[in-house]
Amino acid sequence: MLRDITLGQYYPADSVIHKLDPRTKLFGTLLFIISVFSFDGLLGFGVITLFMFGIIYLSKVPLSFMVRGLRAIVILLLIAGALNLFLTPGQPLITLWKIVITKEGVRNASLMTVRMIYLIMGTSVMTLTTTPNQLTDGLEKSLRPLSKIHVPVHEIAMMMSIALRFIPILIEETDKIMKAQMARGADFESGGLIKKAKNMVPLLVPLFVSAFRRANDLALAMEARCYVGGDGRTKMKPLVYEKRDVGAYAVVIVYFVIVVLVKSLL
Amino acid sequence: MGIVEAKNLVHEYITRDEEGNVEGIQVALDHLDLSVKPGQFIAVLGHNGSGKSTFAKHINALLTPTEGTLIVDGLDVSDENHVYDIRQRAGMVFQNPDNQIIASVVQEDVGFGPENLGVPTEQIWERVEQSLKSVGMWKYREHSPNKLSGGQKQRVAIAGVMAMEPKCIILDEPTAMLDPDGRKEVLHAVHKLNKEKGVTIILITHYMEEVVDADYVYVMDQGKVVMEGNPRGIFSQVDALQEHRLDVPQITALAHELKNSGLPIPDGILTRQELIEALAKIK
Repeated sequence: MLRDITLGQYYPADSVIHKLDPRTKLFGTLLFIISVFSFDGLLGFGVITLFMFGIIYLSKVPLSFMVRGLRAIVILLLIAGALNLFLTPGQPLITLWKIVITKEGVRNASLMTVRMIYLIMGTSVMTLTTTPNQLTDGLEKSLRPLSKIHVPVHEIAMMMSIALRFIPILIEETDKIMKAQMARGADFESGGLIKKAKNMVPLLVPLFVSAFRRANDLALAMEARCYVGGDGRTKMKPLVYEKRDVGAYAVVIVYFVIVVLVKSLL
Repeated sequence: MGIVEAKNLVHEYITRDEEGNVEGIQVALDHLDLSVKPGQFIAVLGHNGSGKSTFAKHINALLTPTEGTLIVDGLDVSDENHVYDIRQRAGMVFQNPDNQIIASVVQEDVGFGPENLGVPTEQIWERVEQSLKSVGMWKYREHSPNKLSGGQKQRVAIAGVMAMEPKCIILDEPTAMLDPDGRKEVLHAVHKLNKEKGVTIILITHYMEEVVDADYVYVMDQGKVVMEGNPRGIFSQVDALQEHRLDVPQITALAHELKNSGLPIPDGILTRQELIEALAKIK
């Protein structure tokens, strides 16, 4: 049961987007998010839609994978949409008993929904085309300037990649402990939410103990292999910008300028 | 001069209560003397709590001696300036294969050591290729360690140490968590490294079968070296070994019993073939 959890949602394919440097993708996603929240009017909407579907097409990831990410936020979308629809004051459009739907309400609600859907779809292009390791590498290198103000960027990235390595191991261990407890009569299935949560305690305690033991072993093993933190380390797979990255930067910036222009012209 | 020289080595684990007062002192290494020549395959045998793992951690400078000296490849482990040189020259493989693999792709894990040493990128790839090939794991380079068997993981861990180009590898009970097949794989890989690359091997174990092919064997008990010699010499003293709570290999035990019941069989039989030959001679 626990084994079904997949980590990250990388979709392997041979596309330009997959081959881009993770830093390029991070930058592009950031600009895309800004553009989604600043566009205005139908023309802007058109530009963004065209750009997003263009990228999705280039990434060779089936559209259904992007849509799948939306399921998690359906309820959020409905609530946000409804609140905007019914509670925005302005020019009444439809009046049903006490419920008033205004022109501004319709506008806000649709804008809000579109923005959230595009936000999720746009960011999932990045997570679907980048392995978790590349992502941590990209984050580490992009955020490196922060280490000047004593943000432990390398350490955070290291912790993220170790966590990625150990999650499957800990899941397997949870499974084992669960079975061992079940063999001795523990019950994880029945009861209400509170009872279920309480039943988890005998599961969590041994899991934590073992996690700390593993952490201790791992620290020793890392020290034995001369790990002393980020300074003086070389990289086996250094991130190097290539021609296509320059192109991608240009495309993203041109796109962003167009969105800004469209907004200021209207 | 040996590659590992221990003289009068003492290590005490001191337990303290909450105020920092000494509650008890446990002597893990008690005036240990030991010398390993370069290129040798050394086995250190001992029961649980004999101090063998504590000794292993000293060679890698993970622990420092309370008293006495330990010289690894000419460097004193007590000298803090040499800690990283020592760790590069004397690599260490631990017991639990899962808890010593850092990266989520095999080849990246092997590259971890050289990355830490600051080796240039192209050379890292060369080293990774060589060391993965030397343990027969090259075709698994793109795999996730989670999908490998215990023996394979342990070979990846050995490759990870090899990539740092050490002169000596210490294996601290590398097979304790493996099945018999995995155990064979790992031992085969280690012997190959010893013969083909001339790496000094110090194998710490309590499985007697694993030390049969070693050049020299030390038996430890209660922090001291209680027996030493070549495997044949050690295994001929079945009673003494049992006193130190160690079991001899089945074949040796059988030969010993047969001899005790009056058959003219020589001491120190190590393999099935030897026993067959000895028995054939009796007629």
